[in-house]
Amino acid sequence: MTYDASFRVWRGDAAGGALVSFAVEVNEGEVVLDIIHRLQATQAPDLAVRWNCKAGKCGSCSAEVNGRPRLLCMTRMSTFTEEETITVTPMRAFPVLRDLVTDVSFNYDKARQVPAFSPPDLAPGDYRMAQVDVERSQEFRKCIECFLCQDVCHVVRDHEDNKPAYSGPRYLMRIAELDMHPLDRLDRRSVAREEHGLGQCNITKCCSEVCPEHIKITDNALIPLKERVADRTYDPVVWLAHTIRRRGRPRG
Amino acid sequence: MTDLERHQYDVVVIGAGGAGLRAAIEAREHGLRTAIVCKSLFGKAHTVMAEGGIAASMGNANPRDSWQVHFRDTMRGGKFLNHPRMAELHAMEAPQRVWELETYGALFDRTADGKISQRNFGGHQYPRLAHVGDRTGLELIRTLQQKIVSLQQEDLREHGDLDARLRVFPELTVTELPRTAGKVAGAFGYWRESGRFVLFEAPAVILATGGIGKSFKVTSNSWEYTGDGHALALRTGAGLVNMEFVQFHPTGMVWPPSVKGILVTESVRGDGGVLRNSEGKRFMFDYVPEVFRGQYADSEEEADRWYDDAENNLRPPELLPRDEVARAINTEVKEGRGSPHGGVFLDVSTRLPAEEIRRRLPSMHHQFKELADVDITAEPMEVGPTCHYVMGGVEVHPDTAATSVPGLFAAGEVAGGMHGSNRLGGNSLSDLLVFGRRAGAGAAAYVALLGDQRPAVAEADVSAAAEVALAPFAADTGENPYTLHQELQQTMNDLVGIIRREGEMKEALTRLTVFRERLDHLSVEGHRQFNPGWHLALDLRNMLLVSECIALAALERQESRGGHTREDHPGMDPTWRGVNLVCRLPEPSDPAGAVTLTRQPVPTMRRDLLELFDRAELGKYYTPAELSVLDVPAAADGSREDQP
Repeated sequence: MTYDASFRVWRGDAAGGALVSFAVEVNEGEVVLDIIHRLQATQAPDLAVRWNCKAGKCGSCSAEVNGRPRLLCMTRMSTFTEEETITVTPMRAFPVLRDLVTDVSFNYDKARQVPAFSPPDLAPGDYRMAQVDVERSQEFRKCIECFLCQDVCHVVRDHEDNKPAYSGPRYLMRIAELDMHPLDRLDRRSVAREEHGLGQCNITKCCSEVCPEHIKITDNALIPLKERVADRTYDPVVWLAHTIRRRGRPRG
Repeated sequence: MTDLERHQYDVVVIGAGGAGLRAAIEAREHGLRTAIVCKSLFGKAHTVMAEGGIAASMGNANPRDSWQVHFRDTMRGGKFLNHPRMAELHAMEAPQRVWELETYGALFDRTADGKISQRNFGGHQYPRLAHVGDRTGLELIRTLQQKIVSLQQEDLREHGDLDARLRVFPELTVTELPRTAGKVAGAFGYWRESGRFVLFEAPAVILATGGIGKSFKVTSNSWEYTGDGHALALRTGAGLVNMEFVQFHPTGMVWPPSVKGILVTESVRGDGGVLRNSEGKRFMFDYVPEVFRGQYADSEEEADRWYDDAENNLRPPELLPRDEVARAINTEVKEGRGSPHGGVFLDVSTRLPAEEIRRRLPSMHHQFKELADVDITAEPMEVGPTCHYVMGGVEVHPDTAATSVPGLFAAGEVAGGMHGSNRLGGNSLSDLLVFGRRAGAGAAAYVALLGDQRPAVAEADVSAAAEVALAPFAADTGENPYTLHQELQQTMNDLVGIIRREGEMKEALTRLTVFRERLDHLSVEGHRQFNPGWHLALDLRNMLLVSECIALAALERQESRGGHTREDHPGMDPTWRGVNLVCRLPEPSDPAGAVTLTRQPVPTMRRDLLELFDRAELGKYYTPAELSVLDVPAAADGSREDQP
């Protein structure tokens, strides 16, 4: 079962770099991150890679394997043939720091621009919500912030200059999550459109495809949010109806 | 030093898991300028791995639950070695800490009447764990992370700067805590990205660095768990208590080898999963220890009835505390009744409908499918013990989380005492919140008391810290940090693992001495920019120190209790129940200084707390002399004064 695989790993920093070839041992059941760790232990002790849980729960080891955004810890070697050369490169949408490690501060900056949860006027312990109502936001809260959706979204992947005006699927989904929170008090529609660039998303669903948590980002978060924004922006009758209907609900 | 970035804060929180973030929120809300320093990116801390839930006696699933019942369960789980005041505060405050998370935006699973749902877990008498499927830790960390963002947004509105009073320093490792005149004066470390040194000048430091699992080969812990806070505390002069107690979670993955040790949540058993050996037998019925007789079912029929009617049936023995289940699995495997890959079978597929399994245990379903090609809705999992948690840690004052070193605080897994000899599942997340908050408040009170008499960091201490950090670049010996780490992990796993023997632990200590010499000769390649070999070399220093504490304390304690099992001393001994083992570095500044071990009494339990238990049950743990206090009439004994 053990064999030597041929790997090409991008090594370098902000100033530039290149793919470096390695022949490296692979054993049964291993994932790409195991191989990267073996390279560190045996051939390249200073090879930089981020990782934490090695169980697909923390979203640290994001990179691109043969050009596809992936978690290194959830990419099994058995999905490749023994002859195949496996190419591991850093996420392309973010500036390289070193080797497979990129500067993901773009995401943290966007996170800080999303208006926080606005709690209702209830004492702690008095919150009452139905399971069916929390489930919509719970799906989005499965997000492990691996930023693969941000990496793959062509609005920023191919157009660096869109970054200031566009927050990417992760943070548009965060706005949708708060918007669907049964007890949040803010109307988040104008923020989504005007400050986070919701309109630039053209629902190609690349984000949903790479999501390791299989969150239906486009179908369940972005499209519903777009619909709500469109209702408000373009249809006064719908807007009025919404306003009246919302008055009768606890969200106020 | 010219190549040094300097910051001034009121408090520096080291670690950005549940305890660190809750401490930072509290410190900031008390008006302190607060820095959060963490080795990984913000939001990646090990708390994210917690699956099952947060234990809190809200009574949503069973109104008979109360803090007193939770307290009792916690003491039983820890085999009465817990610091009783910590267990009391924890049980009393956990519900408020959970409810508070909802005001930060957390979305827990709900009961039919819209309250927070609570699930069963090992050692908890009633369904008590607030949860979100099996990804509760992720919900906790994200909620706290988002609360911090919301506080930063307040600061932006008030001061025009998001970072005005609360700033996160991600991917920064702290290596030393300089002291002046015996008080903490700050924290010294390096940016992982650039390798550049950073000095925080701050009168208070809160350790919230988590555990030590990376010293063991088979572990559920991430690379960050290198005992940094434990080692920093020792080097700053504080003591570590209970270090012999290491929790081996009974259910880690065993196959394939590359995922060996990854956690399989206890919720699988809480929700109906059962353990079977290679003969198909539910073996846990054979392993109910004497102290728990009468609290667990002794037939499969009764155990199965309990899921629907907990009032009239006893709980299944699969839900015994973790130490009991881990030992039982170990014995089954050793006696030849294990699964093909050296574990036992954990089966939920024959117990719940597939749809229900996917709903309640989504991340387990996903994990086994993706990593092991196992569909847990159709076939059993193979599981075995994995190093999961250290009960031992920094000795702290229960109410303030203060250590014996002025200005140094500790909360969460890095602190000791709360869980005694064994932690119950679900009691970690609640511990993080309860004592994280108390540490933040404790630090605020300390800083206020200090006024403007803040200790200054001595420049000589900064130079010395920088020199130690750079030493691996100077050496040219070829001693590889990865090799040393693997040997350390193998040694701790084989010789100070789940079952311990005197000769093996002595052998471990001999090897650790050799490792320490090799540590001085580690050499790393490359430069300081994001260099994992260098980072590991520095982390190894902490791992070795902590491993030595574990081995020393484990050798000393000649009994078996909770997370410490001695093959040569198999029984629990009441005369050891009252003994805490404390590790210290007598000369903290001496890098070659040896760890010393002293015995001190376990803090006594107040009479009103003792009286929550049946006398006969206490008799299984305590010596008759210790219980004679209960023979004195209540009014006369003045036990109320016995506040810690």
